[in-house]
Amino acid sequence: MLRKTLFAMLATTTLAAPAAVRAEDSIFVPLFTYRTGAFGGSGTPIADGMHDYLSMLNERDGGIGGVKLAIEECETGYDTKKGLECYEAVKPKGPVVVNPWSTGITLSLIPKAAVDKIPILSMAYGLSASAQGDTFPWVFNPPDTYWDGMSMILKYIGAQAGGLDKLKGKKIGYIYLDAGFGKEPLPFLDQLAKDYGFETKLYPVAAAEMQNQSAQWLNVRRDRPDYMIMYGWGALQPTAIKEAVKIGYPMEKFISIWWPSEADAKGAGEGAVGFKTLNWHAANADFPVIKDIQKLVVEKGKSQSPKEAVGTVLYNRGVYNSMLIAEAIRNAQKLTGKKAVNGEDVRRGFETMNVDAARLKELGMDGFTGAFKLTCADHNGHRPTFVQRFDGTKYVKVSDWIEPMTDKVMPLLEADAKAYAEKNAGWPKRTEACDAK
Amino acid sequence: MMHLLYQIFIDPFVQMAGAPDLLVQTLWEGFVGGMLYALIALGFVLIFKASGVFNFAQGIMMVFAALTMVGLYEKGVPAPLALLLAIGVMYLLAVAVERLILRPLVNQPDIMLFMATFGLTYVLIGVGELIFGGSPKEVPTAQLGLPKGAYDIHAFGGLVSLQKIDIAAALIASIMVAALAVFFQKTRIGRALRAVADDHQAALSVGISLNQIWVIVWFTAGVVALATGIMWGARSDVSFSLQVIALKALPVLILGGFTSVPGAIVGGLIIGIGEKLGEFYWGPLVGGGIDSWLAYAIALAFLLFKPEGLFGEKIIERI
Amino acid sequence: MFYREVGQFKTNYAADQAIFPIRQDRIGLALILLVAFIVIPLFGGEFLIASVMIPFLVLALAAIGLNILVGYTGLISLGAAAFMGVGAYACYKLSTIFPEVNIVVWIVASGFVSAAVGVLFGLPSLRIKGFYLAIATLAAQFFLQWCFQRVPWLYNYNTSGAIEVPTHTLFGVPVTGASATPVTRYYVVLTIVVGMTWVAANLVHGRIGRNWMAVRDMDIAAQLMGIRLLPAKLLAFAVSSFYVGVAGALMVFMWLGAAEPEAFNINQSFILLFMVIIGGLGSLIGSFLGAALIHILPIIVRMVPDALGIPIGAATVEHLTFIITGAMIIFFLVVEPHGLARLWAIAKQKLRVWPFPY
Repeated sequence: MLRKTLFAMLATTTLAAPAAVRAEDSIFVPLFTYRTGAFGGSGTPIADGMHDYLSMLNERDGGIGGVKLAIEECETGYDTKKGLECYEAVKPKGPVVVNPWSTGITLSLIPKAAVDKIPILSMAYGLSASAQGDTFPWVFNPPDTYWDGMSMILKYIGAQAGGLDKLKGKKIGYIYLDAGFGKEPLPFLDQLAKDYGFETKLYPVAAAEMQNQSAQWLNVRRDRPDYMIMYGWGALQPTAIKEAVKIGYPMEKFISIWWPSEADAKGAGEGAVGFKTLNWHAANADFPVIKDIQKLVVEKGKSQSPKEAVGTVLYNRGVYNSMLIAEAIRNAQKLTGKKAVNGEDVRRGFETMNVDAARLKELGMDGFTGAFKLTCADHNGHRPTFVQRFDGTKYVKVSDWIEPMTDKVMPLLEADAKAYAEKNAGWPKRTEACDAK
Repeated sequence: MMHLLYQIFIDPFVQMAGAPDLLVQTLWEGFVGGMLYALIALGFVLIFKASGVFNFAQGIMMVFAALTMVGLYEKGVPAPLALLLAIGVMYLLAVAVERLILRPLVNQPDIMLFMATFGLTYVLIGVGELIFGGSPKEVPTAQLGLPKGAYDIHAFGGLVSLQKIDIAAALIASIMVAALAVFFQKTRIGRALRAVADDHQAALSVGISLNQIWVIVWFTAGVVALATGIMWGARSDVSFSLQVIALKALPVLILGGFTSVPGAIVGGLIIGIGEKLGEFYWGPLVGGGIDSWLAYAIALAFLLFKPEGLFGEKIIERI
Repeated sequence: MFYREVGQFKTNYAADQAIFPIRQDRIGLALILLVAFIVIPLFGGEFLIASVMIPFLVLALAAIGLNILVGYTGLISLGAAAFMGVGAYACYKLSTIFPEVNIVVWIVASGFVSAAVGVLFGLPSLRIKGFYLAIATLAAQFFLQWCFQRVPWLYNYNTSGAIEVPTHTLFGVPVTGASATPVTRYYVVLTIVVGMTWVAANLVHGRIGRNWMAVRDMDIAAQLMGIRLLPAKLLAFAVSSFYVGVAGALMVFMWLGAAEPEAFNINQSFILLFMVIIGGLGSLIGSFLGAALIHILPIIVRMVPDALGIPIGAATVEHLTFIITGAMIIFFLVVEPHGLARLWAIAKQKLRVWPFPY
């Protein structure tokens, strides 16, 4: 009875056994993407940005350090099970880094990274505590954690109100995706509420109810919070903005973490003008690096991205993500003197990453984003971000760089990393040497 | 303990009395949501009545229809034409379903047909994403002649804001229901439909073509799906996550009964208003977000007393 | 001629009642077990074991559980994934409260928690029937998923809101966590699945199974014949939830390694129901075949363009996978509405009479 199945399966593996012929003259970079499923709308521009930057390096420079990049997309559909399948499928080909682009997949991969010697880049998502390089030597989540993000939003709100002490007695609403990502800032928000004496109102939105938020916004109307903070994803964001417009919530006081795109705000029309989000990179195409991508990849039809999407928030986010990968590979080559580096080398490449203003200029990213540096202990950077305001068609930077409240975030991160190591009994101690001088 | 009881049984009503404008607003939101649930449920009921198929694909049909319309519009087709083309696509879909699924599977147990509509769901997801992409799309409301903005009524000691699009949705839903009722009661095809719903074999024996009826029913359900998709899409966006919302039609169905058109409407309103009231007044007690399961709990509670729904046909069991 | 039971005489009732009364079946089973226990671990690649076999076995176990409810007792459930979740969370809690007890004990024990919850949600089945019941089970699906999300005690107040699996050992060998090799995990899963399948086979062939089938075929008639509906239906819910719960615990501990509540969403429930129906209602073999088809078919579809060297975008492949999977489901239902298990039975019959047509 099972025989047939088994034969079928054996046949599969002969098919499946991914061609372990990894050419020595290329570096394998798998990109986990999701252009399908409920979150496909947010995932597509990111996937395009990631893919196009790396293709551009191949076209313009012949790869990195003279070694071509073998880029392969694997569709996860934001589904942990498919993500794991992708991981197992790319593993034999010797990936130098994986970017899961889903908190669920990241959580499953974190324990595997050290065993399989494949570093994980979860850029500004995933497990916040993985910023602690001593506990998580194989995981990198620059440039900020969600706690950093929350602290910067509050600092901005404080500045608007005339100082953080002015937050006393204010009401701050928090609408969030009712999943790990949205819930993560809750303890931090509680602590800040105590420290600054403001009151928080919580409006969770279940993933299945993303497009059905009228009850939450009725609550907002009743509670009349002075400011609204949003941690959303996918269809939650445009729906929230539309509902906010509907109840007449003052848009200037509606601030989101860094995930909304232009399209998310555009749907609400004129009413969405004034909506704000955090960001750490530019949201336009006026940079040499984006011009190169347009010229060498998009114009030549080597991209899946529509031309007008190049330079939007999420596309540029993908570009940023790939820039981190490329820089880590380059560092690894410098450190080891090898051309075809592997996962272990790239991990060291991440830990010694130092992208200063001069380097940004070389990359064609002058003014695209701020300088940053990772160390063995700090896998995040906790970089400042700015607030951008939606003007009806695009986002415009309206604030200076805001530093996160590192003094409040760090103790939480340390405690959380410790708790993770304790709960996962037998969590390996860091044995990886540190390259930083 | 007393405090908890107070919060559950007294406080929400105090709030309702204290801010009647919010109560009216909540009821209105529930009403509009309920009308849209009712429309989705209506699609289910039509198909279940005529072909005995529990059409799980109704949700994805709604997304697919709206996506076709909006996708065509984005590709440069004028909105009214795109609407017509989308209706045409729904007709082709109905023909294809009848040929490829219903006809070969006739006389199979219900659960097989139910599963086949699962397969259809997968196919439609794949085709929809392949052609139109997975990103959420905006409904061109202005081009379709749908109104924008809101009526702000200063009444009930505060402000009640009625979105014009919501009013339009409620109106269109009512018109569709009325039109369907007339269609069922007054036309030849409608009579044939009711005959098929009553007894397949008897209908066949008086010369009614089952195949033709099935196409008509699936097409009608497709058009209802298109209308619902556009309405809901105008409230948020047309995206594949709308499909999950369509599941909300299921508690509506068991509440109203699988075979009753008025049941779908009443059930939709009970679920829509019930869940909004529940989320708004009782949700905060447990941290909110209860509307994902509240609808099912309401339906289940009704079901324990009326196991075939409020308006469902009485099940007579014989050996 | 390959499959003839001629000459195999049964001399006592026990032999006549055996689960595998025919010698060829027993040989076939032995061969399969040989392949499963020895050949695959020896020759299979890591991808085959970790991404094909372990998920396949876990899903097959869940499908068996659901089949007991849907296929044998005729109660449709759309909430199977939530019960997988109950098993997973129960196992997580038990193993963190009593870390010194062996993890395999807890995986199996978590089934009892799931069974208890299953009985609770099974109570309405006495009043509600058919599709009405199916939708009522959706209440369990959404309510339980909400609990996984909202009761921090369940996930030990982790800031990530997910459950994570630490390394546990069995006889000194790590069986969970990243340091457990796929082969070890495979053996644990395989042993549990084979053991539980054997129990299920005995259960459904015995008095209890016959009661269930009587209830399925017509519950009023069954009642008139003296089968008490309440215990029979609740037992079906309990046993089914037990199996599904153990499968859920295996899924998190042996396969995913960490899980968010989304892992137990409604889609998972639907996929399990697919497996049961495509495989064949009321057939244990069918549960395996259904799980194989639904889990492995998309993997093959994804592999094909790569193997043939056709450059297709990852997203397009995913779309095609959806279309092909959906079309295959419809195709199988049209060709053989009784599921893959029935195809297997036909094949057996053909083998029996070959080379003659009758």
